[in-house]
Amino acid sequence: MNTYAKKALRTLITGLALSTALLTTNSAMAREYQFDIKGAHAFIQFQIKHLGFSWLSGRFNKFDGTFNWDAANPNASSVNVEIDVASLDSMHAERDKHLRGEDYLNVDKYPQATFTSTSYTDQGDGKGLLKGNLNLRGVTKEIAIDVEFIGAGKSPWGAGLHAGFRGTVALKLEDFGMRSMGPGAEHVYMTLDVEGISK
Amino acid sequence: MIKNSEHSYGLVAKLMHWLMALAVIGLFALGLYMVELDYYDRLYRTLPHIHKSIGILLFAVLIGRLLWRRFNPQPKPQGSPAERRIAHWVHMALYLLMVAIMVSGYLISTADGRAIEVFNWFEVPATLADIDGQEDIAGDIHEWLAWTLIALVALHALAALKHHFIDKDNTLKRMTFFKGE
Repeated sequence: MNTYAKKALRTLITGLALSTALLTTNSAMAREYQFDIKGAHAFIQFQIKHLGFSWLSGRFNKFDGTFNWDAANPNASSVNVEIDVASLDSMHAERDKHLRGEDYLNVDKYPQATFTSTSYTDQGDGKGLLKGNLNLRGVTKEIAIDVEFIGAGKSPWGAGLHAGFRGTVALKLEDFGMRSMGPGAEHVYMTLDVEGISK
Repeated sequence: MIKNSEHSYGLVAKLMHWLMALAVIGLFALGLYMVELDYYDRLYRTLPHIHKSIGILLFAVLIGRLLWRRFNPQPKPQGSPAERRIAHWVHMALYLLMVAIMVSGYLISTADGRAIEVFNWFEVPATLADIDGQEDIAGDIHEWLAWTLIALVALHALAALKHHFIDKDNTLKRMTFFKGE
């Protein structure tokens, strides 16, 4: 083969390899999913011990978020969440008011909490570790959320694809400038249950 | 004399006036103190319970007082026309603020539909509940109006002292239990 033929062949091979790579990426269907806030198939709940005696549960009623997910390439997943902190609801108005106050969430000064993921590590069996930065009460801190894949597929009614996950993480109140709730109640356990619908 | 006359307040009006003065100042101090309590403080639950109970009872006394005022002669206000006009508006504002503070306080504690227990004696059920941010908005109003009320109470007391010591009239005396009405 002369040099021209060699060059042409090399170009052809490179081109083929590139297009294969592109096609693979496309067929793996990395999609962006929007939290199903409209249908309320997403919940951000917290649990903390009351005096160390029992579990108290509450939730945030207003939040939104998106995630990118690709079953074939889970390590490329990413998540963004925004929470309206004042929407805290623990089924007791006076307690909610106290928790929104300066000792705890200080919502007048810090009305919003955000989470932006930085990496996802697939651990197999539908489990994974999602790292990212949580900005809460004006403090930004890296946290690691344990993620569990729940299910995915088409719903009986719509065109979009649905995918659902559960994320859990324990946060130390003092790490975010909040007063400790006393012995046995230094941590709050957060659970994010989310179903996303592909855009 | 039980009822008011043209010249002095009667026993009922005096009792209600001083009872409410004590309760208003007491509730203000109690309110400021109790919101700062640590969750593990022994009084963390007791003081708000007392604050709410007295507040509800005070509302009943206030209604009684306004009715009593309506059906009794009022002693003539003293001082210059301007002073009398200001005195009238301050009195109206004191009543109005008390009502507004009581209603807003009630709306904090009943925001989730819970009733208010009055000294484990009876309960006042919730009416307006579950409005978005109800406990926070009502809480801000309650606090600001309480400060406004206390400022007006101070003005009211200073005015009474001015009548007594500077004008040397019987404005203050006729509200007290001392001789000479």
